[in-house]
Amino acid sequence: MNYPVKTKTDFKVVGTRVPRPDGVDKVTGRALYGADFSVPGMLIGSVLRSPHAHARIKSIDTSAAEALPGVKAVVTSADFGVPEDDFLRDVQDNCMARGKALYHGHAVAAVAAKDAQTARAALKLIKVDYEVLPHVTDVDAAMAADAPVVQEGRADESVPAGSGPNVTNFHEFGHGDLEAGFARADLVLERSFKTEATHQGYIEPHACLATMSAGRGELWCCTQGQFMVRELCAGIMQMDASQLRVTASEIGGGFGGKTTVFIEPVALALSRKSGRPVKIVMTRDEIFRATGPTISSSMDIKIGMTKDGRITAADAQLRYQGGAFPCQTVSFGAQAAFAAYDLEAVRAQGWNALTNRPKEAAYRAPGAPVAIYAVESVVDELCQELNLDPLDVRLLNAARDGTKASYGPTFDQIGLVATLEAAKAHPHYSAPLGENQGRGLSCGFWFNFGGNTCVSLNLNSDGTVGVTEGNPDIGGSRASISMMAAEELGIPYDKVRTVITDTNSLGHNDVTDGSRVTFAVGMATIKAARAAIEEMCARVAKIWGIDEDAVYWEDGYAKPSGPNAGNFEPMSIAEIAAIASETGGPIAGHHEVNAEGAGVSFGVHLADVEVDPETGATKVVRYTVFQDAGKAVHPDYVEGQMQGGSVQGIGWALNEEYIYGEDGKLQNAGFLDYRVPVASDLPMIDTVILEIPNPGHPYGVRGVGETSIVPPLAALSNAVSRAAGIRLHELPMSPPKILKAMMSKG
Amino acid sequence: MKNIHVSTTVNGDNVEFICPPGETLLDALRDRIGLKGAKEGCGTGDCGACTVEMNGEIVCSCLVLGAEAEGAEIKTVEGMANGDTLHTLQQSFIDNAALQCGICTPGILVAAKALLERNPDPSETEIRYWLAGNLCRCTGYDKIIKAVQIAAAEMRGA
Amino acid sequence: MQYFKPQTAAEATDILAKGAGKARILAGGTDLLVQLKSGMIEPESIVDIKHLDGMRDITQEDGGYRIGAAVPGIKLGQHAGVVALWPGVVEACELIGSTQVQGRCTMVGNLCNGSPAADSVPAMVAANAVVRIVGPDGTRDCAVIDIPTGPGKTSLKPGEFVTSIFLPARPPRASDAYLRFIPRTEMDIAVASAGVSLELAEDGTISAARVTLGAVGPKVMLVEDAANAIVGTKLEDAAIDALMAACRAAASPIDDKRGTVEFRTHVAGVLAKRAARIAMQRAGDKT
Repeated sequence: MNYPVKTKTDFKVVGTRVPRPDGVDKVTGRALYGADFSVPGMLIGSVLRSPHAHARIKSIDTSAAEALPGVKAVVTSADFGVPEDDFLRDVQDNCMARGKALYHGHAVAAVAAKDAQTARAALKLIKVDYEVLPHVTDVDAAMAADAPVVQEGRADESVPAGSGPNVTNFHEFGHGDLEAGFARADLVLERSFKTEATHQGYIEPHACLATMSAGRGELWCCTQGQFMVRELCAGIMQMDASQLRVTASEIGGGFGGKTTVFIEPVALALSRKSGRPVKIVMTRDEIFRATGPTISSSMDIKIGMTKDGRITAADAQLRYQGGAFPCQTVSFGAQAAFAAYDLEAVRAQGWNALTNRPKEAAYRAPGAPVAIYAVESVVDELCQELNLDPLDVRLLNAARDGTKASYGPTFDQIGLVATLEAAKAHPHYSAPLGENQGRGLSCGFWFNFGGNTCVSLNLNSDGTVGVTEGNPDIGGSRASISMMAAEELGIPYDKVRTVITDTNSLGHNDVTDGSRVTFAVGMATIKAARAAIEEMCARVAKIWGIDEDAVYWEDGYAKPSGPNAGNFEPMSIAEIAAIASETGGPIAGHHEVNAEGAGVSFGVHLADVEVDPETGATKVVRYTVFQDAGKAVHPDYVEGQMQGGSVQGIGWALNEEYIYGEDGKLQNAGFLDYRVPVASDLPMIDTVILEIPNPGHPYGVRGVGETSIVPPLAALSNAVSRAAGIRLHELPMSPPKILKAMMSKG
Repeated sequence: MKNIHVSTTVNGDNVEFICPPGETLLDALRDRIGLKGAKEGCGTGDCGACTVEMNGEIVCSCLVLGAEAEGAEIKTVEGMANGDTLHTLQQSFIDNAALQCGICTPGILVAAKALLERNPDPSETEIRYWLAGNLCRCTGYDKIIKAVQIAAAEMRGA
Repeated sequence: MQYFKPQTAAEATDILAKGAGKARILAGGTDLLVQLKSGMIEPESIVDIKHLDGMRDITQEDGGYRIGAAVPGIKLGQHAGVVALWPGVVEACELIGSTQVQGRCTMVGNLCNGSPAADSVPAMVAANAVVRIVGPDGTRDCAVIDIPTGPGKTSLKPGEFVTSIFLPARPPRASDAYLRFIPRTEMDIAVASAGVSLELAEDGTISAARVTLGAVGPKVMLVEDAANAIVGTKLEDAAIDALMAACRAAASPIDDKRGTVEFRTHVAGVLAKRAARIAMQRAGDKT
């Protein structure tokens, strides 16, 4: 049967707020996360980490550790090969330093022992002879010609001649005549910004359990992508992918930080060497020191505006550091920086520099929050200087359908104008403010991804349905996938059960990232359901003895398509399933796709803050998120993404930061001094979901996970500026910085 | 290092285990008794994922020695439901989407239950401060606070 | 490592004395376990004292209160008598850690951990609290202010440990308050803090005061100039200005991951001002 090209709008299941299928397991403590799985005979692995920010490893003596009773294996980089592929080699070298320790906390050796105490004792017996080298942790310092060289020869062909030795890649986007544009402006502002690195801050530590023997491996771990883990680990262990089965546990948060491996290859190597299963669970200290924080940045923004608010030209220079290995995140920043604007003349350039910091890992809309923070701060300052309403100025300049985006493509159906209009019409925008309070707003943007996806949908003999997919459920996706299957099949939600499978039971699935799962896995699920429907219609046509074309599917029943088709009693999915063995055997549908058409997502945030004039403390007193979801499959979890991303952004804006000492050591590797927002810091986060359908998805779905972390940074900075009369160009806006600015203003 | 024999009560059951003197109550619950509901998020009392009730007060079980459980009465998330019937808070968390990844959920449920036993009608601010030691990185707390408020109202009415 | 649960104070001091610095006291454990886990300390023995007689009791004594060394924060806040007499001490103690930590943490632990940023210590010093110590040579009393000697260090001698804190009686028109600054609303270590205890004369002027600062020096500070600035006043603007100036002059903080010298110095004055006003209000409300 043929399906409408037009986006579906009449939904029965999609758009409702059904209970999530994994809810009971997760409220009763039964759900098994990374650290919750054990097997008999298991050893405990522990990792020795560099106490230096940058040091040559002259030698490692593991003999005393190996001799300690209860120690079953010790590994160093000597236990791994040297992959030819740059990317894979970087991943491996980040898991286990080879030749040099590149940052404070870089793994240099690991042990497996009968218990945790013995493993920790063994680590103390490993003697590493270091030659301490000069280090650099600041991005601007790392860009300098005479900076300590983190790694030799890592610049790619994009890097302009004359760049410093740590610059690894350069990116440029834009169009139009900048000079002419700035000449047309009534006011041009140039501002420089700095932002510190933040950590994803998932509450669940990285954890894995590896068994490796006779060339075959089993790996249980918390990850955003079991197939990614298999690919990286099989590459590092130099084994066939078919011989490594990876099972994803429940995942206790990731936000992008679990899209690579840190301990998994180490556990596999320890298991291979000891012949025993090995479990490794990272401590919180290790997580902060050695897993993915985001980039830190230094940025220059120049924007010209006419006195009636039209932006005439915009230019951004972004310098990011992504730690000790080459990092492409600045490319996303440069592409996203001006995405919200319809501009005649725009340019964004980005440089990445190596530093002696941990290797950057993706964090929710990687690269976009800081670039857009800087741009939205300058736009806001122009509005203040020119005495213009900041929402009206955004509306005047907003990207819309047909706008040529600053990063190249022409936007199709996008929801920015509708989102801005919703914000303007909302009571929050005109609500009165109290003393020492100010209101800020910011636009936000994320590209959204699709990517490689496989889904298998099986009709059970009682007419219920099993969906098998390959992306860990990080925030309710089992529910949304089941909902889309139920919607398409026309059956109740509770007749569908979605499971997330291991790497041997389905083809490759890209990681859970880029806000891709509800979009891409949802699309594959819908198409798998359609394949099953087609098969069911064919079976019914056979039973009825009519053409396949004369049978159509509606609300869970196969029906004759009209009077000419004959007069048959519709057959339910259960009836069809019950006699499947007599009509040709089991019925299933599957779909494999590299999904395109993800559809960008825009958001607008309004933030009211109150700044204590005597201490510089900032309190968020009201917060509203407006975001285009395309179609909100499960509105509760769409709101949850909008709220959770906002609060991560609020943390980034106010208190979260990596603090390095002069010695290049991280000073706040714990939740005590890496200050993520706590419940009492926040107001309710109000949400307004807009639904401007994405033409690239059968139900109009857009990814919603990432956009929400982008606007809070500038929304809060802009609000602080209006509350306290001072504008900071640096994040986080911790109280000492705000107080200092207020006091120097007098 | 001499191991210690501990006799305690967990969720109403008499339980005995043997642990090294430096082992935390959290590790004892997870690895000796097999109750994996309490999670270790930080090991320093900063995240609350390991929250259990001990002698009527909520504690971070990562900051209690297993040895200290001798003679104590411990309650964990595994003891909240009555057979197949979820505690009102547990049901409210599912109904109101108060969990995304779920790793902080056991600790928050144990803490919230202790709050409602002391204060059946807490204000939003009281809930937020009571739960300030329970980090959640997914939800922004909004739906957690609402789920506690809704459960509290239901429990008051019941 | 061995775990000891002595039955008497004498037994405890004996283990401590024999431990020669390798024995640690366990009461609430909220600092001890963090230090154990991080490898910061590697004691040979842990001495659990919370089951000893009187350790978990709050008793009335000479018009004041004696608080056992193992009384957790949450129990202090539930004691109406202590809350009425020394609300500033109670609010300081209640600021230590989360609700979960409150179920375990003790004021004595907060004091003996030796942190310059300990919340309950400036409030106790403002209250002129006295600790009772047992040790190999018997029992002695010591003013709280004389216990910390620097970051992580105390004046306790080998084998000694604190068994209780005494909060003294006070005249009817007297009260106290404690405030700290933290970047978030909870779960942080004080960046600066101030405790103020004061007594009012018949006419409402301040007749006696003790002003303390925390986290702005290597240990808690009793700022006599600040007290002098408000004694004889009703906290008029000039008195407040003098109070803030005295606190800022006394503060000698460091730059670190939690705050700058400039910030801590300024905020110490702000907190002293605000705490003084709260204490004044509380004392005035008692008439």
